[in-house]
Amino acid sequence: MIDSFFNPQIMRQVLPSIIDGMLITVALSILVILSGTALGLGLATVRTLQNKPVNLLIIFVVDVFRAIPPLVILIVAFFALPYVGIQLSGFVVAWLCLSLVLAAFCEEIFWASILSVHKGQWEAARSTGFTFLQTLRYVVLPQAMRLALPPLTNRAIAIGKSTALASVVAVPEILNQATSAQAQFANSTPLTLAALAYLAIFIPLVVLSRRIESRFMWKH
Amino acid sequence: MQLTDLSAAILEIDGLRKSFGDAEVLKGVDLSVSAEELVFVIGPSGSGKSTLLRCCNRLEDASGGTIRFDGSDITAPGVDVNELRRHVGMVFQSFNLYPHLSALANVTLALQKAAGQSKDEAKERGRAALDRVGLLEKADAYPGELSGGQQQRVAIARALALEPRILLMDEPTSALDPELVGSVLNVIRELKASGMTMVVVSHEMQFAREAADRVVFIDHGEIVEEGHPDKIFGAPEQDRTRAFLQRILKA
Repeated sequence: MIDSFFNPQIMRQVLPSIIDGMLITVALSILVILSGTALGLGLATVRTLQNKPVNLLIIFVVDVFRAIPPLVILIVAFFALPYVGIQLSGFVVAWLCLSLVLAAFCEEIFWASILSVHKGQWEAARSTGFTFLQTLRYVVLPQAMRLALPPLTNRAIAIGKSTALASVVAVPEILNQATSAQAQFANSTPLTLAALAYLAIFIPLVVLSRRIESRFMWKH
Repeated sequence: MQLTDLSAAILEIDGLRKSFGDAEVLKGVDLSVSAEELVFVIGPSGSGKSTLLRCCNRLEDASGGTIRFDGSDITAPGVDVNELRRHVGMVFQSFNLYPHLSALANVTLALQKAAGQSKDEAKERGRAALDRVGLLEKADAYPGELSGGQQQRVAIARALALEPRILLMDEPTSALDPELVGSVLNVIRELKASGMTMVVVSHEMQFAREAADRVVFIDHGEIVEEGHPDKIFGAPEQDRTRAFLQRILKA
């Protein structure tokens, strides 16, 4: 048991590649979170303009990406894109797919938060000469953001952990490094190391998200 | 020194109609508001008072008729509503202060972002506006830290800071505890003394009687009677006015 999960020698040998994997996991997570939330916010903003056909399209796409397991999206994209002449690395495919998944969830979170800002806020701001988009930017979104923050941070952490899925499309992130090492050494110690690596990355993020949430509470 | 032409109408409403679906809320309202006038609009709930105000800054679009502000028809297509709204201030029953901003930032936001003033300029004007409603010492307080009366005064300051030609107030004291109403009415009184033109929808009959230049009674989307407060409250000509006043004063 100790030998196959906590073998110190193997740990020492595998550690460098796990650290390489951590860098990729962190890079992929940051990219996905940035582009996913930005796209989600963009979609929610477009949705406020209330163009019926456009909104139906957004709702459809968002529902599709929320309904299909991210792993399926990733595999389909990775193996299907070359057939239409698009050659992308596993890293880029994972970035795009996970961004779309995160964007779908973020769009819903932003949209619900925007809707929950009282109508009087829109009217007050418009009455001082603000345009629709200025009202959204300076009055509605700052308030919506506070409501959106707890679910957003949860989603960000979830999608960060989902980067482990990228191991199936040969992205050398933590899990991919660990499973290769596991095969190489015929020993499960690298997986233990991988779990510790994920903890090292995401525990601070979980703690940070809690602090952000309490900092953005209303002043009363 | 230029003399203000007191007879000049700032707001001329002519045959204003507004329907929501099948419901006709305003059925041809004519109303003219002169410079420095304080006009009180009274009437039962659902009579169209708020809609009348909201048409004047295009929060609602009229279904028919015209509204002239400073001589130009604001119901015409192609009117820049955002420009218009900087000159037609609006105060709401529920204050609608921005909860994420301090009192001062509530006042300066539109000065900076809509009127394009510099930060310093906006702050100076914002502080002056807060001073005018007696709340300069609350500049850094958030709306959640203010009483209802203070919030409404900040909302008035927010509208005043844009230096509007006319101020529309939609039941400014209806959401307030009775003991806080006076502070808001005092601000209205001072604005009146300084020459602000105002149209106020309100049920503060006592205040209307003492401060208003004219009282307009609206019922079922039309003006039933208008005139000097002494006449409307003392000797109303129409049965509907009498019935309404009796109901209100008994309550």
